Amino acid sequence: MNKNLLWQLVLIVGVLLVFLFGIFGIPQSFSGQGLLASMTNRIHLGLDLRGGTHLILQVQVNDAINVDSDNAVEILKEELNKRKIAFADITKPDPQNNPDRIVLKGVPADSRKDLLDIANDRLPEYNLTSGAENTWALAMKPQILSDLKNKAVTQAIETIRNRIDSLGVSEPTIQEHGLGQYQILVQLPGVDDPARVKDIMQSTAMLEIKQVLGGPYPSEQAAMQDKGGVLPPDAILLPGHGAPGTPSGDQSWYLVSRVSAVRGKDLRDAQPSTDQNGQPNVRFQLTGEGGQRFYNFTSAHVGDSLAVVLDNKVQEVANIKEAIRDTGEISGGSMNQQQAKDLSMILRSGALPAGIKYLEERTVGPSLGTDSIRAGVRAAVVGMLAVLIFMLIYYRAAGINADVALLLNLVILLGFMGYFEAVLTLPGIAGVILTVGMGVDSNVLIFERIREELRNGKTPPSAVDQGFSHAWVTIVDTHVTTIVSAAILFLFGTGPVKGFAVTLTFGLLANLFTAVFVSRVIFDWILSRKQRGEALSI
Amino acid sequence: MEFFRNTNIDFLGKKWYFLAFSLVFSVAGIFSMLFWHGIPYGVDFRGGTLVYVKFSHTPNDNALRAAMDRAGLHNAKIQRYDQPSNNEVLIDLDVQETSEQALDRGKTQIINTLETNAPAGKADLNNASSLAIQNYLMDKDPMHLGSDADQKYTQQAQAIVNARDKGQGGVLSSLDQLKGPVDPAVVASLPDGFFLSDFSVRNVEIVGPQVGAQLRRQALLATAYSLAGMLIYLGFRFEWIYGVAAVVTVFHDTLITVGAFSLLNKDISLTVIAAILTLIGYSNNDTIVVFDRIRENIKLMRREKLSEVVNRSINQTLSRTILTAGLTFLTVLALYLFGGEVLRGFSLALVIGILIGTYSSIAIAAPILVAYQDWRINKGKRPMATPVRTK
Repeated sequence: MNKNLLWQLVLIVGVLLVFLFGIFGIPQSFSGQGLLASMTNRIHLGLDLRGGTHLILQVQVNDAINVDSDNAVEILKEELNKRKIAFADITKPDPQNNPDRIVLKGVPADSRKDLLDIANDRLPEYNLTSGAENTWALAMKPQILSDLKNKAVTQAIETIRNRIDSLGVSEPTIQEHGLGQYQILVQLPGVDDPARVKDIMQSTAMLEIKQVLGGPYPSEQAAMQDKGGVLPPDAILLPGHGAPGTPSGDQSWYLVSRVSAVRGKDLRDAQPSTDQNGQPNVRFQLTGEGGQRFYNFTSAHVGDSLAVVLDNKVQEVANIKEAIRDTGEISGGSMNQQQAKDLSMILRSGALPAGIKYLEERTVGPSLGTDSIRAGVRAAVVGMLAVLIFMLIYYRAAGINADVALLLNLVILLGFMGYFEAVLTLPGIAGVILTVGMGVDSNVLIFERIREELRNGKTPPSAVDQGFSHAWVTIVDTHVTTIVSAAILFLFGTGPVKGFAVTLTFGLLANLFTAVFVSRVIFDWILSRKQRGEALSI
Repeated sequence: MEFFRNTNIDFLGKKWYFLAFSLVFSVAGIFSMLFWHGIPYGVDFRGGTLVYVKFSHTPNDNALRAAMDRAGLHNAKIQRYDQPSNNEVLIDLDVQETSEQALDRGKTQIINTLETNAPAGKADLNNASSLAIQNYLMDKDPMHLGSDADQKYTQQAQAIVNARDKGQGGVLSSLDQLKGPVDPAVVASLPDGFFLSDFSVRNVEIVGPQVGAQLRRQALLATAYSLAGMLIYLGFRFEWIYGVAAVVTVFHDTLITVGAFSLLNKDISLTVIAAILTLIGYSNNDTIVVFDRIRENIKLMRREKLSEVVNRSINQTLSRTILTAGLTFLTVLALYLFGGEVLRGFSLALVIGILIGTYSSIAIAAPILVAYQDWRINKGKRPMATPVRTK
């Protein structure tokens, strides 16, 4: 064996070892069980094989914009009143689709400069434009608008991650999904009963403490009647639990202040607890700043009532007997222990900046996953054996060469997956099988070419040389086109399909090395041991 | 061993037969898509709710249908899934029953309908998660463990779930089936909190209308990008007419494969699209191998007519084409036969596509090159330039 060949052989064995390490790491034991355990440690199974829940949800980013523009409306009113500028009306014409648009009507023409000042000083995020008949329009600057929307998505991901982590789900995936649709992909391995997790994720957990201005009323109409058909401008009507004594399930309505004394971000901690009757509830504590505001509010309103509002629903109404600094509680109807635990966890994790909506839900039960693994492995083994045996029969000694290359190809593919922490899905297993079928194509191309050159009367060494160099161009072209397909598949697909694209790409890349380089080295080695003119078994 | 040696088949001479064959299948597919089954979108693309249920006994389809009707799910389609011995049923709700306001309402309704014998206050052990079982055991403490209960009951819950899912394929018909892997005290405590229904939910797919529309657009775009990618790469590596010929060929394959799904009325799911994109790559492989040989032979056989060169090239690569196709077909067939019901659509697309893809690289791609050449000569232009060999 010449020196060059020896180095090539060392290289191949080195690559083999590197990728075997990629598959198994350093196994605890070399028994079948031990190897399998260390393999599943490095190559992760997809949801479709291990069971679990896959969700796609959408952040209702317009909610977040509405909060900001509501705030802007308040600022605008405040400033106009301060400067004693008359105006007819401030509205948001289309909060559903254009939540950042504010329309200001009936401002006297001579207040133009004041208005521009207000916009410049207090509302720099908005563009102010004048329209016909003393009408002005405000719209958020496009850059700020899109930043705000993206921030809502990032925040939502953060919050959801906090909540899922505290539920103890192992290896969850939580990431942005798709392009510009404000969607989030959540994968929860091992969770086959998603209802509770979904509720926990969806809860906006927007906690507010507001002043009670009226109620409880049995219905919205009753509240309107009480106020003479028009609600005060700084008040809103919110639903609450049934008043004490009425059957639970009945709703009551409260008139509360639009402005909140305390908001979710003022919260420092929330813990499950029990009230004096042993009924589970949630106790919360406020931050220093929030506590100060709460103290100012309660000392100014001794004798009035306050409402603890969660996600726009009144949970608790209490009379303010004295100034309170920083604690409060929510019992909200009849909570059980689990609910108290979940709610305090949700409050601790922070509020979602906007509501979320579920768009897609897939659950794979563990029994199906087990069946799929069994079927996938069976198909892979049968397919592989068929190819290996065929190559041996058809190409004789050269068939061994192809089979060695094919097995090495498989080792490299799985090793790649181990190193990149790629996820093996059921279509991914199909990708492995397909790699075997398509990978052998390179060998067939080369072998057929060598046979052709031999038929044309070339000597074995020159036939091998010609065969490889002619087939090389074709192999590059065919691999590039297939990898282009796989790349597009990777960009477009999710979950299982992505897993397929990954295995296919890795498999084909590995194939370039095994079918071309490794096969060539084996041929050279065989030829180096042959006498001149001895025939090649192919 | 050798199957094909020095074949000399006049493939181009049979081009009209090929054209007729391709036309028949394409047109049949198009007709089916337009007038018969339409494009049978899977749940990924049309939206809707699919619930796969496995029963412990042979399910009665009519009784199921009546039960769904009573629950108000009038449009529920009920069909048997997989081999009959598996007792599996697929319940299919329309996208109208899948609103984004309450995405899983249909699923909940189905499960409630099936749980007819549910005693009040008890959970269904066949559909309970290991977490729920674990919580129950921790509450109940049937083994009187006290301090290290946490870990022990996690194991016991896992053992119950394993015995159910791996041992019994998902459905327990009697608690006795748990004896052995699970502690007897635990088994004895289960009837207080659980009952056994006669089914288990194996798989749920709920796709809202918004995602369905989005995926449909994406699948179309991905296919288009894939074809465009081929056109550009081949145009760059060969000559533009080679790229066009290859893309027309691959489009033909895609059309016939999708048409076959329509004719057979098999759902086109995301994984089927994945298979089709793979076929685009695969079918191109075959075409490129032939083109590569044509390019090589054009230089060697300058005097010959292009049709001669093309025929010779196809014959020279025939052995390889058939062998590779045969071997890939073997693996795909293994996938179709042994890969399980989940992959059936995917492997079907590959089975059809590999047959068509192999045929078309011989019967469609090469004749397009010759036809273009003839057209140029007829118009009085000079014949196609010899492509530059890039190496």
